[in-house]
Amino acid sequence: MPDRRDCLRSIPPRVGRDARSFLTRRAVLGFVALAGFGIPAQAAEPLTFDELYAVQGVLGLKFTEKVKTLAGQPVTMKGFMAPPLKAEAKFFVLTEIPMALCPFCSSDADWPDNIVVVYLDEKQTFVQANAPIEVDGMLEYGSWTDPETGFVSLLRLRHAQFQTV
Amino acid sequence: MRRFLATLAATTFLTGAAAAATIYPIDRATILVGSPFDFKVEFSGVVKPEDVKITVNGQHYKAVFGKDLAFTEKEEKADASAVIVRGVTISDPGIYTVEATAGTETKRVVWDVYDTAATPKAKNIIFFLGDGLSVAHRTGARIMSKGVTEGKANGRLNMDMLDRMAFIGTSSVDSIAVDSANSMSAYMTGHKTSVNALGVYADRTPSSFDDPRVETIAEALRRQTGKSIGIVVTAEIEDATPAAVVSHTRRRADKAEIVEMIYNVKPDVVLGGGSAYFLPQATAGSKRKDDKDYIQLFKDAGYALATDKTELAAAAGSNQPKVLGLFHTGNMDVTLDREFLKKGTVSKFPNQPGLLEMTKVALDRLSKNPEGFFLMVEGSSVDKMSHPLDWDRSLFETIEFDKAIGLAREFAAKNPDTLIIATGDHTHGFSIIGTVDDEKPGTDMREKVGTYDKAGFPNYTDENGDGYPDKVDVTKRLAMFANNFPDYYETFRPHLDGPFVPAVQDENKKYIPNAAYKDIPGAVLRTGNIPKDGDTGVHAVDDVVLQAQGPGSEAFKGYLEESDVYRVLADVFALGKNQLGN
Repeated sequence: MPDRRDCLRSIPPRVGRDARSFLTRRAVLGFVALAGFGIPAQAAEPLTFDELYAVQGVLGLKFTEKVKTLAGQPVTMKGFMAPPLKAEAKFFVLTEIPMALCPFCSSDADWPDNIVVVYLDEKQTFVQANAPIEVDGMLEYGSWTDPETGFVSLLRLRHAQFQTV
Repeated sequence: MRRFLATLAATTFLTGAAAAATIYPIDRATILVGSPFDFKVEFSGVVKPEDVKITVNGQHYKAVFGKDLAFTEKEEKADASAVIVRGVTISDPGIYTVEATAGTETKRVVWDVYDTAATPKAKNIIFFLGDGLSVAHRTGARIMSKGVTEGKANGRLNMDMLDRMAFIGTSSVDSIAVDSANSMSAYMTGHKTSVNALGVYADRTPSSFDDPRVETIAEALRRQTGKSIGIVVTAEIEDATPAAVVSHTRRRADKAEIVEMIYNVKPDVVLGGGSAYFLPQATAGSKRKDDKDYIQLFKDAGYALATDKTELAAAAGSNQPKVLGLFHTGNMDVTLDREFLKKGTVSKFPNQPGLLEMTKVALDRLSKNPEGFFLMVEGSSVDKMSHPLDWDRSLFETIEFDKAIGLAREFAAKNPDTLIIATGDHTHGFSIIGTVDDEKPGTDMREKVGTYDKAGFPNYTDENGDGYPDKVDVTKRLAMFANNFPDYYETFRPHLDGPFVPAVQDENKKYIPNAAYKDIPGAVLRTGNIPKDGDTGVHAVDDVVLQAQGPGSEAFKGYLEESDVYRVLADVFALGKNQLGN
């Protein structure tokens, strides 16, 4: 689809947050991870979008101490799966709010500042665009360019697993 | 002009029989005398270089262009030949008939190379561009801001006070519809082009940087005058409208490269959002894919940097020759969120200036140049809030835009050698049809819509006289609707929790109504009338209304196109004459 419209940034809609038990989900996901995806057998630490950056200013973002401390460790995050680059891929973008526009589809849409890129071990066919999900994975921070797509990310969850909330 | 039209008629009959080549600049292009442009012929098949014949007014092309062409046998992804001559200038005004033939292919175009006044008619031009500014935005802003009693407006908008006007047709080289890139590009270069293109004609090759270029107004001002240049927007500074003042790319999305293009021209005042494209990729928050630090590069080039309202005030008074203000990583927050509701991203960027403050700083700085200035001010989010059908936010943006025009009118009162233009780049399918009255009985919001005599008058108030309604969610408010939309939940009321997001994409890449609004009392599903891959309301093809005052404004009348408006700008500033060293 051509980008026949003005740049419209993703803007926060009102979304009712899922208040379901966090612990139960974590337990299930932790078990899945332990079973076969190489995540160390320790409980994944919950991490929210609000806890990613200590500073979000004009001249850049600064990671929180929590992010720095948790680097290399399993964490669990809740968010929304953005419409993927391809239906089948090894990575997708986790956003705090559902994306009204798909930056992969439309060249004038832009990603929010606080996205997290989720890397899976296997290619997977995505079906739940904009659905609320919970992701477990190994936290990694710092600028990194995906060699296949050129997609630049600041925060990643490696060896990740996800499930619809 | 009559001769030009007669030649055009002849051209129309002559072409079309043989396989058609394409020539850029296009047929009926109007070209500022002496302004550089790229000439390109795209043949529809592979031709031999020795068969290519190009004449200009019957002469060999080189006699007029003064340069040799470059021949490409097979263009990328085209399987066809092309010739290009970069940086052509024509120094004598007149009608130019250009004919290209190769084998059975032939194409003829006619250009009008125009001269300008010998001396400038105005010292300064302030060009206000309300992105997406439609008639309903003006009407709505006037009713919200001033009120109406017994059918008579209780006050006028500043734009209502501008003396002269014209209807502007905005169609594109490739479509009757238009976007902000190619519409503003036509205003800022005098050449119509294709959707998403800036400062180039859109050719058929995949690269967005090899397309045939035309001169932007900023380049023309640097080439011919010593005037200062200012760009003030609330969007990202590399967004389509501001980019059009300086840029050359087939794709407006080339934002990282557009920052470099802004840097190359070095406008004297640059204020807006979009800092993410200035930061080197190693900096968290950067949207660049290289290590260039444009914050540092601009500073090194003599710019005072401001990142919030306080720093802007300091930068305004600094002795640095230029000012760069970047107040957001992306688009700045809109007036309703920034000043009233504190929603959107205001918590992250709490001290953003508004369009009014930015325009004031720009006028103060630019007017120090005795040679005069060109200032472009964009009310960016009139459009950015109209796409998601957030009419209340869009009208607040229109009011703010209008207040900035008021500031310019005050400036022009003291500096009458100033031309003010206020226009839009396209319209939206947006209308006001009456009122919505919560006090009407029942729960069905549709039955609370008042039309004709039952509309009466809304009950907005402006006790503090700031020009904005004291409250946007009054009990009797404007009934505002789009004529095109994706599937969405209509709530018949302002969105106090943040800008409206009518639809979201599903797993099939189709847009479905955003369920976040489903349970708002009175919300009803409206089934869309645009394709399901459309996320928001679209631009209308309807004409734009341009208004103007000051020297040269008498040229605005009847029906014009954006490219004709550029011709007026060029004439008012006498851009056909070199004024450097005067």
